[in-house]
Amino acid sequence: MQDFSELTAFIHSLLMQFLPHWAAVTVECVIIAVCLLLAYSLLALFYIWFERKVCAAFQCRLGPNRVGPWGLLQSVADMFKILIKELISLKYTDKFLFALAPYLVILASMLGFAVLPWGNGLQIIDFNIGIFFLIACSSIGVLGILLAGWSSNNKFTLIGALRSGAQMVSYELSVGLSILTMVAFAGSMSIGDIVNAQANGWFIFTGHVPAVIAFVIYLIAGTAETNRGPFDLPEAESELTAGYHTEYSGIHFGFFYLAEYLNLFIVAGVAALMFFGGWMPFHINGWDGFNHVMDYIPSVVWFIGKAIALSFIIIWFKWTFPRLRIDQLLALEWKYLLPINLVNLVLMVCCIVYGWHF
Amino acid sequence: MANIQEKIAKLFPEASFEEADTLTITIPDAKWHDLAKTLRDDAELAFDYLVTIVGMDWKDSLGCIYYLDSTKHNTHIAVKVIATGDRETPYIHSISDLYAIGCIYEREVYDFFGIIFIGNPDMRRLFLSIDWKGFPLRKDYDMDPNINPVPLESERQSDFTQMYVEDADGKIVKEEKRVFVENDFVVNIGPQHPATHGVLRFRTAVDGETIKKIDVYMGYIHRGVEKICEMDTYFQTLHFMDRLDYFSAHPYHHCLCMCIEKAANIEVPRRAQVIRVIMDELSRIASHCLFIGTFCMDLGATTMLFYTLRVREQILDIMDKTCGARMTFNYETIGGVIADLDPDFVKDVKALLEVLPKNIKEYNKLFTGNVITRNRMEGVGVLSREDAISWAITGPSGRGSGWACDIRKTAPYAVYDEVEFDEVVRTEGDSMARFKVRMDEMEQSARIIAQLIDKIPEGDIQAKVPKVLRLPEGRWYQTVEGCRGAFGIYIESDGGTSPYRLKIAPPCLPLAAVVDHLTEGSKIADLITIGGSLDYIVPDMDR
Repeated sequence: MQDFSELTAFIHSLLMQFLPHWAAVTVECVIIAVCLLLAYSLLALFYIWFERKVCAAFQCRLGPNRVGPWGLLQSVADMFKILIKELISLKYTDKFLFALAPYLVILASMLGFAVLPWGNGLQIIDFNIGIFFLIACSSIGVLGILLAGWSSNNKFTLIGALRSGAQMVSYELSVGLSILTMVAFAGSMSIGDIVNAQANGWFIFTGHVPAVIAFVIYLIAGTAETNRGPFDLPEAESELTAGYHTEYSGIHFGFFYLAEYLNLFIVAGVAALMFFGGWMPFHINGWDGFNHVMDYIPSVVWFIGKAIALSFIIIWFKWTFPRLRIDQLLALEWKYLLPINLVNLVLMVCCIVYGWHF
Repeated sequence: MANIQEKIAKLFPEASFEEADTLTITIPDAKWHDLAKTLRDDAELAFDYLVTIVGMDWKDSLGCIYYLDSTKHNTHIAVKVIATGDRETPYIHSISDLYAIGCIYEREVYDFFGIIFIGNPDMRRLFLSIDWKGFPLRKDYDMDPNINPVPLESERQSDFTQMYVEDADGKIVKEEKRVFVENDFVVNIGPQHPATHGVLRFRTAVDGETIKKIDVYMGYIHRGVEKICEMDTYFQTLHFMDRLDYFSAHPYHHCLCMCIEKAANIEVPRRAQVIRVIMDELSRIASHCLFIGTFCMDLGATTMLFYTLRVREQILDIMDKTCGARMTFNYETIGGVIADLDPDFVKDVKALLEVLPKNIKEYNKLFTGNVITRNRMEGVGVLSREDAISWAITGPSGRGSGWACDIRKTAPYAVYDEVEFDEVVRTEGDSMARFKVRMDEMEQSARIIAQLIDKIPEGDIQAKVPKVLRLPEGRWYQTVEGCRGAFGIYIESDGGTSPYRLKIAPPCLPLAAVVDHLTEGSKIADLITIGGSLDYIVPDMDR
């Protein structure tokens, strides 16, 4: 399996030959930022296209098929359109907060990117509380949504923001607890350690029943965290026109739009990390030939492939189920998911203590 | 009928009777409220369903004709009340305390004729804007566009409504009161909103997510069809029926044609009768398909829309081949239908009948059994049978509440008495019942078509009708089962070539009016469920 840390180490030593330490680090940071932004925008464009194609397939349609081969350039064209659109400023809004909100939302998802394990050795920062950091910074997104809803001075956005606040705060509990279950199993919060612990089998297979329960809960709560159907109440189109981002236009709207898709990627990426081994290839004990072939597939492809496969499931939810009502949504979290989650955590701890796992 | 007349004559000696199309009682305004109460509450009479209120301007006097039905005895009656007071301020006593739907119907009459209803709690205009000058359906209305110019600024809006009451001396006093409680959080849903199915506006007072009160504003697509019809020949009036319920225009056309045919004593050839019924039922399937699709979309299940539109598209193609249009057909005409069937018609319809059951099965599999769907729909917006009758909620929505109100059964027209089909009635009264009634009705419609499609008789498609049609003096009322409920046409003729008064009684007006009653205390999301399940269509209520 190719180790990308050799590549990064090579770049580092190369820069050190010509530059002082501080300058080398600065240059590296810039390179990382450029790569990150590039990955970010490319993934967003891909996701927009992907969702449109998937949804079209569900709905017996073709989806985008005019711009570029298989409509691949459609989302590029759409993004370009969003970029050149006018930013409409409204009267009687809190101008500063109104402008700040989309940046907070996009910032939250970008920070999440920093700790994702893109490949073997291809991780921006691997520190000992990596997964905790990811959960923490993804919560900043709620703040952006609340601010957007409040500062727009519109009753629809306000209701959307309130719904969003209630929903995200509730479902963060489930996301956190199901991740905690797996952290307990892995014995570490460092993302590198979690991935390496799955070298001999992904957690979904080795973690016994509690891992499967945690995965199902995580998938439901993660869908809710990204405000996607059937949990898209904050932007319930048929109720609140567009919810919290009703009043936004141009690239400000584009930021919300991008962040939604990138959050989808992050949720799927974390699921891949916690349950499906991150960038670890699929190995079956004893099948050396098979394992060898699997190792030839680059680790980046493994990670992104898993994330896309998992986001396909989330997209599938959206285009199949009707939307929940706010009280049903909260009842689902507080009455069902949370108690199951707590019991599941205890179950997992028992599994670990008594060594019931594989 | 005779004993109804005897009974009323004994109780109300002032009443005079007239045996026309329907038994018509004329009663002075002072006794009207008492008569209405007797008509509704007396077990032998039991006229519990207010079909419509026709406002009238007979030039020398203004008044109303009330059409009442008894759901128990399946009898019909009309009551004519002439307004007291002068032309500036004519008065009639309100019956909105007896029939819940009366309030909205009376507002409509007030809007068009300026008749003030004493005791109606909400005497505002219904369709026209608050500052409109004049009452358009009066015969002396001035249509000069300078009097009511197109407004270039936002229209005035008032938080107050008026009520006229009689004080102890019999003097009529005007009272002002607020529509909402002061400082309510009022969200404006509509007129441009994805879930109002057209330009309808709900001013919704909410407490958090809970709805406290809804004030319905209509008239955003009011085109004055009734007024235009008074200036047109009978043939010209037909066109407007397409533009009311534009998702299912055939039954509406059918109704107006039948009303004129009844008045002019025209015998419609059997072939045309059968074609009309098949077209009506195809419309019903198409309309219910669209209902299912848009309703699911309102609930967030966008994918269902495409599955239902697939079937609807097939029907529209059939219509296109025969009628030459997909939605505004203008196919039925006085005395028959305008063109013969397309040669492929029978083949296409049979192909449709073949795919329909599979599709319905698929819809049920995809949507009806889903646990989220059931949580969203079951027990939401429960309408009791009594309320349904009092609010005049007919059609599938009324049948979802256990009221067997299918006109095809209660007063069969065309060839409906020769075909076998079941009237789908459910007793739950919630949104799920309304949804399932429509689902099952599609099957029944298919059953009707299957019985007729092989037996379309040969012969003329049109009766001989004079080029210039004059109806004799008189008045006629005809109802049909539209796709959304009972659709009625009232024609009054003075012997001329155009109707003296043509009143359209649409099923959707009560459907929109009942939303406030159904949503009180439920969540904002339930408003969408309830509104969707009632399946109103705005051009129909606005006319």
